[in-house]
Amino acid sequence: MDDRVILRVGAKILIPFILLFALYVQFHGDYGPGGGFQAGVIFAAAFVLYALVYGLGNVQRALPPQAVYVCAALGVLIYAGVGFVTLALGGDFLAYNVLNHNPEHGQEYGILFVELGVLVTVFGSMVAIFYAFAGRRKVDV
Amino acid sequence: MIEFVDVALLVLLGVTSLVIIREQNLFAAVMLAGIYSLLSAGLFVVLDAVDVAFTEAAVGAGISTVLMLGTLALVGHQEHKPKRRPILPLFVVAVTGGVLVYGTLDMPPFGDPANPIHHHVAPHYLEESPHEIGVPNVVTSVLASYRGYDTMGETTVIFAAVVGVLLLLSRGPRPRRTVVNGTWRTVAYEEDPPEVEEDRDG
Repeated sequence: MDDRVILRVGAKILIPFILLFALYVQFHGDYGPGGGFQAGVIFAAAFVLYALVYGLGNVQRALPPQAVYVCAALGVLIYAGVGFVTLALGGDFLAYNVLNHNPEHGQEYGILFVELGVLVTVFGSMVAIFYAFAGRRKVDV
Repeated sequence: MIEFVDVALLVLLGVTSLVIIREQNLFAAVMLAGIYSLLSAGLFVVLDAVDVAFTEAAVGAGISTVLMLGTLALVGHQEHKPKRRPILPLFVVAVTGGVLVYGTLDMPPFGDPANPIHHHVAPHYLEESPHEIGVPNVVTSVLASYRGYDTMGETTVIFAAVVGVLLLLSRGPRPRRTVVNGTWRTVAYEEDPPEVEEDRDG
């Protein structure tokens, strides 16, 4: 795709904004539509766009498959980890009130961390599935 | 005005799905499926479900279209003509659809405030969320806090899905049964399998 200058430059300009928009969706999920799931998908879409324009090899140099697999598992660990932290602090599983002396702040922290877990797992899963599809050779049918 | 938007979206959804069924070129069908998702997202916005619309637009119209295109790159983009006329599948689909439509007749009327769903836990969530959770977006407080177990299950499902896809699709050196010097052996490829296959052909 070396000759498609408009596509390459356009993608390069768009990708930082897509990443930033994903973070906005993540952290603005408390106030408007959005949250970890949508943010994870949008974050992954930036890397998918990069792969489509610049090739799978280039994107995998920036984001190796191993890192993506770790992300997919890490998010679930973060989410469940919040549950075990609340258990350790004497509350119920995933009852965030105990995370801070002010229950409302506790809820805020809990939601922040579980949404982070969702973001990391969704991002890792989407990119991993894309890698798995894009990395396969064409089969003769 | 809102009725016009509803009718327009539903008509476009119907037309898109009919064209997807008729379309033999799978590339066009995939792009139309993306358009279908985008129209559904518009419908969710009309129903005031902006979070769902957001997800539908990002996943249905965005990522899954890319994944389908990735699949087409592997399997080719022309649909093979079926050898026989699909009478039995058509019958099964018609009966299933009929049963599903029959099932909706028992559902409570659409949008009625007296529906059971609006009198279970929803009033508690709507009234107490500002004090109990303190997050302005009730959807987020339900998803992440009241229904935190469910969301953890969903996250785990996504993780399980990626594990399944990787088990099925990921490449890499893997042992293969093949004939070596007249006997079956399990051979572990050190290098990429495609190169080995080309060597075998030559």
